[in-house]
Amino acid sequence: MAKEEFQVPEVREHLEIPPVVEGAMAHSQPFVAAADHQSLLGYPEELVDGWEDKAVEKMGEMARKYRSFRVFLDACVKCGACTDKCHYYLGTGDPKNMPVARQDLLRQVYRRYYTLGGKLFPGLVGAKDMSKEIFDDWYRYYHQCSQCRRCSVFCPYGIDTAEISMAAREIMDSVGLGQKYCNEIIGKVHKIGNNLGLPLPALEDTMEGLEEDVEEDTGVAVKYPVNVEGAEVLLVTPSADFFAEPHVDGLIGYGKVFHQAGVSWTVSSHASEAANFALFTGSYEHMFKISNRIREAALELGVKRIVFGECGHAWRVAYSFLNTLAGPWDFLDPRYPVPQHIMEFTYDLIQRGGINLDPEANDDKVVTVHDSCNVARASRMGTRPGDQFAYPRAVIKASVNRFVEMDPNTTMEATFCCGGGGGLLTDDLMELRVKGALPRMEALKEVVERDGVTHMAAMCAICKSQFTKVLPYYGMGMDMVVSVHQLVSEAIQLGTKD
Amino acid sequence: MAYQIEGKTIEHDEEGYITNINEWTSDLAGIIAKDEGIDMTDEHWEVVNFLRDYYNEYQIAPAVRVLVKAIKKKFGPEKGSNKYLYELFPYGPAKQACKIAGLPKPTGCV
Repeated sequence: MAKEEFQVPEVREHLEIPPVVEGAMAHSQPFVAAADHQSLLGYPEELVDGWEDKAVEKMGEMARKYRSFRVFLDACVKCGACTDKCHYYLGTGDPKNMPVARQDLLRQVYRRYYTLGGKLFPGLVGAKDMSKEIFDDWYRYYHQCSQCRRCSVFCPYGIDTAEISMAAREIMDSVGLGQKYCNEIIGKVHKIGNNLGLPLPALEDTMEGLEEDVEEDTGVAVKYPVNVEGAEVLLVTPSADFFAEPHVDGLIGYGKVFHQAGVSWTVSSHASEAANFALFTGSYEHMFKISNRIREAALELGVKRIVFGECGHAWRVAYSFLNTLAGPWDFLDPRYPVPQHIMEFTYDLIQRGGINLDPEANDDKVVTVHDSCNVARASRMGTRPGDQFAYPRAVIKASVNRFVEMDPNTTMEATFCCGGGGGLLTDDLMELRVKGALPRMEALKEVVERDGVTHMAAMCAICKSQFTKVLPYYGMGMDMVVSVHQLVSEAIQLGTKD
Repeated sequence: MAYQIEGKTIEHDEEGYITNINEWTSDLAGIIAKDEGIDMTDEHWEVVNFLRDYYNEYQIAPAVRVLVKAIKKKFGPEKGSNKYLYELFPYGPAKQACKIAGLPKPTGCV
């Protein structure tokens, strides 16, 4: 640690497309999962004999099973619309970080074995035999994709590189090559219930500490309950909310909102994690297991509603897959969305006048917002298209007086990934993370200089940790990042609705 | 991958976190700190000792907030801040201090 040697990209006035630098990030790859990380998830402990054939076979199996995967591999016409849309390409200049090139790492092998042209005339259609060289590139460059789907917004065919990168990681896992960061974490969720490995006594101690702090701070006894049977709401939030800064300030905010709404709530130690890293590794099996913990906890505690805290990809899994993975949820109160996002909960409360917010409490701040990629492009909120952008803004604007938007080419549907999503938020990929953050850093710096922005609100645990880490590389303070519900927490007038 | 100390070999992972936390000694902490470019002062030790005590009780490192609170109690409000902890451990109090304290690295979105 603290020994990285790389050049931090220069922040420019306007987003510029960098010159191509072949192999600029060929040295970047994450630590490989150890044997025990692999075996715990049912994967081979190391690269198996005959992995070439097995990987090709697995790919074919997935292409038959997942129509989308096959269409994405078949449909590309090499128009080039995606080439300058990836933050990792913009930050590194490595041509293999152009989305089409990233897809082609897998597509070249697919064509060789599963298309007529590739079988007969491989040289003419860019088809190649599976090889160690190609496989090494997979490991490197499918771990330089944060699965943020920005490229897919600009692709005329809607090809989703995220899905290809997830599939590639699943293939690699199946032949014994896993990524340490993701696989160790998935194992911890299976064993303990959360990414951190935070056991029940520590969770209780942390939540009790928050109760003390909030009461000392506000004079109001706000509860932060753990494993309370019969609570109305089960809050499922990223475990980073219990541990890290500024995440925990968001958690404090959720508690205050529930308190003022008069809604009883609890977290569960069994499902003490919203994040679902199996999305990143493309494993439906593990995605199901992690999701099912939420079902088990909801049944055990007898809750009526499930609310998710601020976590981007968790919301993607929750919004898009929770019902098919771990449903049906017919035992929950049908009057509320299943699941519901904390932003929807707070937004609804604001609309109904059920919460008193005094934005003057945040007058020391000029706030902008970073749309989390998985909230922006892989899910929705509310009832209308675009509510996933409208709700967080409405909640922020109700809590602060001075709000500023960043360059519209970098927000909402076109938002840039923070640079640490998709299972890349690990210290062994720090160079990639710093460089991949460049487009967001440029857009942020612009509003800092032009509008005096002091804080950037985020609604995802990964974004918050990533920015805390990379902002100093760009000469900005790590404490510029705040949770959306931290702003709510500051503004809420406790004791006025009780 | 191992630290060598007084003829003993102590295994660590790719990032320098020791694999068996029972092998930790204060001398080893000094060696790890040196690798991290940190000169251990009383304040550093206070953090490291608190982390170890907390870990013994809860099998996990404390949340940053809990750590800040404990340091505040001990050294007064001017030192009870996240910023101060980053001055002590520039790579982040959670990860860098855990490494020196011989504890596993906190994992997840942190």
